[in-house]
Amino acid sequence: MRDTVLEAEGLIKAFGGLTATDNLSLSVTKGELHAVIGPNGAGKTTLVNLLAGMMRPDAGRIRFNGRDITRMSAPARVKAGLARSYQITSIFRDFSVLENVMLSVQACQGHSFRFWRPVSGDTSLIDPARALLERVGLGERMDLRAGDLAYGEQRQLEIAISLATEPSFLLLDEPMAGMGPEESQGMIAFLRGLKGDYTMLLVEHDMDAVFALADRITVLVYGKVIATGSPDAIRNDPDVREAYLGEEEIA
Amino acid sequence: MDYVLLTEQVLNGFQLGIILFLMAAGLTLVFGIMDLVNLAHGSLFMIGAFVGGTIALLTGSFVLGVLLMIPAMLVIGIVVEMTTLRTLYPRDHLDQVLATFGLILFFNEAVRLIWGPEGLVVPLPSWLDGVVALGFGITYPVYRIFTIIVGLLVAFGLYLLVGKTRIGMLIRAGASNRTMAGALGVNIPKLFTLVFGIGAVLAGLAGLIITPITQAAIGMGEDVLILAFVVIVVGGIGSIRGAFIASIVTGLIDTLGRSFLDDILLFFMPSNAAESAGPAVSSMLIYILMAAILFFRPQGLFPPKGAGG
Amino acid sequence: MSLFTPLRNPANMFTALVLVIFALTPFVAPLIGESFYITVFARIMIWAIAAVSLNLIIGYGGLISFGHAVYLGIGGYTVGILAFHGVESAWIQWPLAIGISGLVALIFGAISLRTRGVYFIMITLALAQMIFFLAVSAERYGSDDGLNILARSDFGVSFFSLQDKMTMYYTIFAVLVASVLVSWRLVNSRFGVVLRAAKSNDARVESIGVATYRYRLTAFVIAGMMCGIAGLLQANLEGFISPDMMNWPRSGELIFMVVLGGMSTLFGPVTGAFVFLMLSELLAGWTHHWHIIFGPFLVLVVLFARGGIAGLLSRGVRRG
Repeated sequence: MRDTVLEAEGLIKAFGGLTATDNLSLSVTKGELHAVIGPNGAGKTTLVNLLAGMMRPDAGRIRFNGRDITRMSAPARVKAGLARSYQITSIFRDFSVLENVMLSVQACQGHSFRFWRPVSGDTSLIDPARALLERVGLGERMDLRAGDLAYGEQRQLEIAISLATEPSFLLLDEPMAGMGPEESQGMIAFLRGLKGDYTMLLVEHDMDAVFALADRITVLVYGKVIATGSPDAIRNDPDVREAYLGEEEIA
Repeated sequence: MDYVLLTEQVLNGFQLGIILFLMAAGLTLVFGIMDLVNLAHGSLFMIGAFVGGTIALLTGSFVLGVLLMIPAMLVIGIVVEMTTLRTLYPRDHLDQVLATFGLILFFNEAVRLIWGPEGLVVPLPSWLDGVVALGFGITYPVYRIFTIIVGLLVAFGLYLLVGKTRIGMLIRAGASNRTMAGALGVNIPKLFTLVFGIGAVLAGLAGLIITPITQAAIGMGEDVLILAFVVIVVGGIGSIRGAFIASIVTGLIDTLGRSFLDDILLFFMPSNAAESAGPAVSSMLIYILMAAILFFRPQGLFPPKGAGG
Repeated sequence: MSLFTPLRNPANMFTALVLVIFALTPFVAPLIGESFYITVFARIMIWAIAAVSLNLIIGYGGLISFGHAVYLGIGGYTVGILAFHGVESAWIQWPLAIGISGLVALIFGAISLRTRGVYFIMITLALAQMIFFLAVSAERYGSDDGLNILARSDFGVSFFSLQDKMTMYYTIFAVLVASVLVSWRLVNSRFGVVLRAAKSNDARVESIGVATYRYRLTAFVIAGMMCGIAGLLQANLEGFISPDMMNWPRSGELIFMVVLGGMSTLFGPVTGAFVFLMLSELLAGWTHHWHIIFGPFLVLVVLFARGGIAGLLSRGVRRG
């Protein structure tokens, strides 16, 4: 495909006897929101870790914008435009909300070997961070300690931190994890707002969210891809129904 | 380099390795299972020497000193664990380092108060005093052979305990995965106390064993403690097998380096330079080895399975 | 943060008081006939510099180095060995002392920072002991007994001579103030933000595109150089160096000063060094066996006074 942005080919990752990722191939095209679903233990988080560079695959290749990034470090992938968020909220709890995003902006501006000037007066960090927080709806909460935010807001901050690195591609690891129905709706609206601006790979457990948002869906079972296609195709796929949908009610 | 000296030094290195292993075995289990940095392990080494040495002097029997030291150290270990260390398990490493550093100051001063600053000289029993001919013109002190045999027996016993018994299975489960051991229904606090007690006995034994060769002195455990740290870092934290291999290797390299490095350096540099560089380099040798190993294997040679991959 | 915001905190006011005491001692001490306090406080300030440097990596970087005193030794031995060979110029001694401290920190840091947790603690300890044993085995430089330094570093100008007691004292004072200032700028700079963020959540910093190893290593080197300065000052003040100045209990004491004063607070290490050493002095004057009280005191501080003096003082105010 011509405008393929991210492409994984034959990824294998085993932990001891357990094969978490089993000859997995998948591609994401530009501007698309591609969802990956699968029951618990399907190897979803392992996939995110492989794509983000937190783990090295035992075999297989990953290409991003035509470049082979299989052996590239996690920080280098971020620099190339591939940002991730975490399933378990991973923010700097003792920093203020603004400082959380400022750090990301700073990371995006190049190296941080600047030893003397305080960041607290650095408008080249504050202004973009403020603007981003306004955009994601956390403008009112900027000066709070990040750890004091409500849970849903922490999840939003989690993604804002990733957005501040100015990625072209977002790897979202279960952004709805642990959210109530109302918060989930908020997050769905938030992600819908990001569609078009970013290419996204959404790993998610929440079926409502996946079918509401995804352009294409890949179904993962025991580390293997059993189907890829449009939401409608997936909904009607007999293999998917048998392997996966049996245990969970779907939209 | 004559082979008599070489054999003697190899045996000495082996002996140092055995002492290190007795220290490191307890330390590595405490680290592996309880995730506790215990600097005061060196104090247990010292206390074993003083307590066992005093018993030996009072009873006139070194063997009795060793035998009675064992329950004494078990009790001391358990008391220390229950009064102080237990509260440190949930704390971070920094707190553990500091608190056990405080314990060292306390124990050193307590020993100074009880036994005085001069330390304790414990004579060898006559039947262990003397040398034995090993053939080929090599003689070696009986007592040192005795310590090597005792050390190997203890190592073998520990191997059986950890490898073949139910308690050992629990210890291994705990070393590689604490939560899992808890889930198996193990009484974790009791297991911890027991393991710490065993560690205290081993450290005390190591201290007592070398006392007739050196003497019991305040702070005697601290240099050994740091060597034992090197050993468990190189061996891989929580691994008894790693501790054993690393102990012997460390003991050999340190001892042989100190006796032969001058000669080896003579191949590379003029004699006066070799004579002054020899002691300096040999005192650094095992640390350089440690640095090299960690550079390639940050988890040590034998990281226990499941410990952070 | 304006320069004066820190003063609103009572813990910092306590430090301000300590600094004022340091500043005035050379004038006040002779008046009340206690001139020996000038040397006592000079000594305390040197430890405070070392503690400030350690706080950079332990407090802000979360790197528990148990071998920090080695840089006191390296700074001190560089001065001592150069003086022994007749090189007394400060312009050679000082840059070399700082440079070698930095170089050793670079090598030790590069090795030890590859590891985490307990491994890191033990490796920093072992590497520091390696240098300690090296000094012990250096017969030429006095082995265990150490080495007397006959003359202090010579700046080659008449108006600034460390042989003068006041000049020595205020040089130390100025270095202390400078090291606090440097660490204040550092921790609030872009560099410091990365360092602190990596302490709280290393994986997250990596996942916004920052490889943290280099930042940690840089902090390690800066702290090593700063502590090297403390070491060269110590050698100058005491006129004596020995392996004991970098033996591992010194590293433990340094950590304790940092924790006692309040980790990851700007002035904590200064108060910590002050209280630690004054208390030692007091207890040592009271009984020869003062460690028997001091050891358990240390344990109690760890168990019950988290946050150190800074923590206690700010909590006390919040309650009151």
